[in-house]
Amino acid sequence: MNNFKSNIEKRKRIESIFRTICKALTWTSLVILVVLLYHVAEQGFHRLSPDFLSNFPSRFPDKAGIKSALWGSIWLISLVFLISVPIGISSAIYLEEYENKGKLARFIEVNISNLAGVPSIVYGILGLAIFVRFFGLDRSLIAGAFTMSLLILPVIIIASREALRAVPQSIRHGAYALGATQWQTIYHHVLPAALPGILTGVILAMSRAIGETAPLIMIGALTYVAFVPESIMDPFATLPIQIFNWASRPQAAFEEVAAAGIIVLLVVLLTMNLAAVIIRNYAQRKYRW
Amino acid sequence: MKRIITQLISLSVAVLIIGCGGGNSDSSGGNALSGYVKVDGSSTVFPITEAVAEEFGKVHPKVRVTVGVSGTGGGFKKYAIGEIDINDASRPIKGKEIKKASENNVAFIELPVAFDGLSVIVNKSNDWVDYLTKEELHKIWKPGSTVKTWVDVREGWPNEEIKLYGPGTDSGTFDYFTEAINGKSQVCRSDFSKSEDDNVLVQGIAGDKHSLGFFGFAYYKENKDKLKIVPIDGGDGPVAPTETTINNGTYQPLSRPIFIYVNPESGKRPEVKAFVEFYMSNTKHLVSEVGYVALPDKVYELALGRFQNSITGSVFSGKNTVGVKIENLLTE
Repeated sequence: MNNFKSNIEKRKRIESIFRTICKALTWTSLVILVVLLYHVAEQGFHRLSPDFLSNFPSRFPDKAGIKSALWGSIWLISLVFLISVPIGISSAIYLEEYENKGKLARFIEVNISNLAGVPSIVYGILGLAIFVRFFGLDRSLIAGAFTMSLLILPVIIIASREALRAVPQSIRHGAYALGATQWQTIYHHVLPAALPGILTGVILAMSRAIGETAPLIMIGALTYVAFVPESIMDPFATLPIQIFNWASRPQAAFEEVAAAGIIVLLVVLLTMNLAAVIIRNYAQRKYRW
Repeated sequence: MKRIITQLISLSVAVLIIGCGGGNSDSSGGNALSGYVKVDGSSTVFPITEAVAEEFGKVHPKVRVTVGVSGTGGGFKKYAIGEIDINDASRPIKGKEIKKASENNVAFIELPVAFDGLSVIVNKSNDWVDYLTKEELHKIWKPGSTVKTWVDVREGWPNEEIKLYGPGTDSGTFDYFTEAINGKSQVCRSDFSKSEDDNVLVQGIAGDKHSLGFFGFAYYKENKDKLKIVPIDGGDGPVAPTETTINNGTYQPLSRPIFIYVNPESGKRPEVKAFVEFYMSNTKHLVSEVGYVALPDKVYELALGRFQNSITGSVFSGKNTVGVKIENLLTE
């Protein structure tokens, strides 16, 4: 009896140590994040103004604005969304619902998983060779959007497949039992049920696309652009590239401009994610099983 | 499900429409020039080209000047296949690059635009270094250098480890420094702290009493209060880099000309012609604003003449540009 008691105390001790470690590590990452955000906000907040959003880049730090980069990023991300989401979700449906057995499906699956781990600069080189040079799209928004779509497609496909897989078989069987075709089953039952999971994947993928720099530098996104793109064939700058350029300037005042740029990037990112989260929650409320 | 899809589509359409809406710039200027001028290349030259593009945009609002940063070498790759009109270069074009361009029938007009003085920097509280000779710099930076402490550089200096900082090996600044000090570009000891971001070098040197490093003059100018600049003795006594000593060529051997290379085919287009002419006539007022040193007035005139007469080829390439008088090269 005595033996048993001491044992339980030891186990409880281990339990509490483990709990403390987990708690400490969670807080550490949170604190680092808060310190970073505070530092950025402190430096950049006073540079934020309507002028900052409506001015083009300038050699004078107090006149420099982010207009061309902001619109470049919005254009780019919208195009990436329109290209990658339909392709990504369709591929996931095909692989999960129609072709989920057999060697071909496994072969494609392995390849997609590997593509998700390829460094982004490699996609940049691919984009430069194929979209910019081979298809002659030049250093345009559409070439950038195609390259970025390639980069995030694996993420969307994998997340969507996981979401589709998580939909219970009973829902499919129920639909079939009532005489629904496979298309009707997928469209009316499986997809809505999987939508929250799919949207989570899309959010992650889009966040990655908006912050990515390396492939865009490779395909030739620009640093000084004093106009807003008007068509998908126009050259463009994006937020991360503009921020990087400001951060590497000799004048200390440009560091504040860069910080203000980071705040704008964060706001764009959060707005985008918020929209997706709202749609996801709406979908989640509607479909339960 | 249908509603969600419709919502998603309308959301993205809305975003696109907003995106298009931002495009109406009110450029009702009377100037009829329009079109694109595509510039790419060195990050060292970028601030100058950006300043020129900014001012040019006020005169010709419909001409869209775009400036990228791919590095001097990266820019020449694009230039050689005719993808850009102008390349910013922090060093003269190399033989290999000339060959590549001529294979694609791309010629070039070489125009020097400013001086960049490389500055040798120590910590603010360093009170023993009064100047360094070219030989001492060579002793410190040569490959296999045995200099580990300050006393190894000159008798009487502290027996403290010397911490070295310099730009990454891909930069034109590193090319030029090694060429001027070690006789051949890229030849250098390798055990020093490198960064492509000069602000990191500034931080490193400012925080370390026994440090020594080098980078572009512009970065010293903006951080004067944190750093101490070292006068260099190139043979005629120690000279500190200032606008005057760089411009009149007495700061030797660490001041270099930087360039733009213009494709003569592009130069026939009125918008490119206007941009280059604007560049050569306005740069001297703009360079000091971004931390560089203007060339002598005569050089801008000669360079403009070269462009207007479409004189192609390089007078700098393959030559040792350390310590040359630019006027002489251009009038040769």
